[in-house]
Amino acid sequence: MSTRRLARARAAVAAVEDPELPPLTIADLGILRDVADRDGRIEVTITPSYTGCPAMVVIGWEIEAALDRAGLGPALVRTELAPAWDTASLTPAAHAKLRAAGIAPPGGPLACPRCASARVETISAFGATACKSLHRCLECREPFEAFKTL
Amino acid sequence: MSILPDLLLPLADDALVLGHRLSEWCGRAPTPEEDLALANLALDQIGLARALYAVVAQETGQETGQGTGQTEDTLAYFRDDRAFRNCLLVEQANGDFAQTIVRQFLFSAHADPFWRAACASAAPALAAIAAKAEKESAYHLRHAAAWLVRLGDGTEESHARAQAALTALWPCAEEALTALDPVAVVAGILPDPAPIRAAWEATVTATLSRATLDRPADDWPQTGGRAGRHTEAFGKMLAEMQSLARAHPGAVW
Repeated sequence: MSTRRLARARAAVAAVEDPELPPLTIADLGILRDVADRDGRIEVTITPSYTGCPAMVVIGWEIEAALDRAGLGPALVRTELAPAWDTASLTPAAHAKLRAAGIAPPGGPLACPRCASARVETISAFGATACKSLHRCLECREPFEAFKTL
Repeated sequence: MSILPDLLLPLADDALVLGHRLSEWCGRAPTPEEDLALANLALDQIGLARALYAVVAQETGQETGQGTGQTEDTLAYFRDDRAFRNCLLVEQANGDFAQTIVRQFLFSAHADPFWRAACASAAPALAAIAAKAEKESAYHLRHAAAWLVRLGDGTEESHARAQAALTALWPCAEEALTALDPVAVVAGILPDPAPIRAAWEATVTATLSRATLDRPADDWPQTGGRAGRHTEAFGKMLAEMQSLARAHPGAVW
């Protein structure tokens, strides 16, 4: 396989969005581990954020579809657990996109993604997806989600 | 001969059964936030069960050289109660909210140090799963302990219910703490149970004290789940959990 073909595959896969967190891509989230040439077939390795994350199945389909659209399929998608994913795997681009989507990024002191106030309270340690928790800003009074630090 | 399937099956069954019990709360929890929390816990447990069952199925297949036809689904849906190796604690009915929280607390107080120690397992497949489970269990323990303190140190009613749940479930705690296989401990595949028990003791003592709850007497441990002898509640849970898969084998969404 030519290096150009592999580079095209990498670009197509890296642009796949997380169905539960658009517009973050799987590359932004650090879920994408590797895109390799396995005897002429593209093999994509991904890792789950949470073991029970239901988006993993859909992400696998989206990767296959993206490579099919680019004329590079059929691809193999495999999952690996080690080393375990954590929120340090998020890229700086992911942090910016999260904030723009009204979700406080992980790590560091919690601040309101709308008005940046640090006067916030926790409503629930669990949110609408496995990776988020619920909070409220005491300054602008808006509720918001935060990406859990793991 | 790989001993992994026999070692991982009890862990997988614990995760699946507790995950299913927690999922029974979906749409019924006291508040929307707690509904989300219990569903999240259920999701983590079922995800952990899937990862463990996948290794069990794979290792069993390699053993015979021709596969056994076992998959995550056959292990979860096509075994009868006597083939399940989960501890009795996780199969106990949800009861009221206090009982669910006490069950989670007693289990997570063990699961948290267990998975942290299992990260150093000599079996790479188990170490990889443990590195995920360790982070999730710590979160579960924090949640259950925070609720136990709120219930125990809350109103007269919540205190009475939390104490009643603790007294009812206490006899089931011992089985969850007992080493699954001493040989595997010596081989470094499973972690040494002694420091895990000590961590459990410390967590339980500190949390019960903050929750103003009395520690029940250790006089009558209930065991048998690891040998496939389960309580009546388990049969009913399993019947409901497996009915769809058994009525429509191979069905997909």
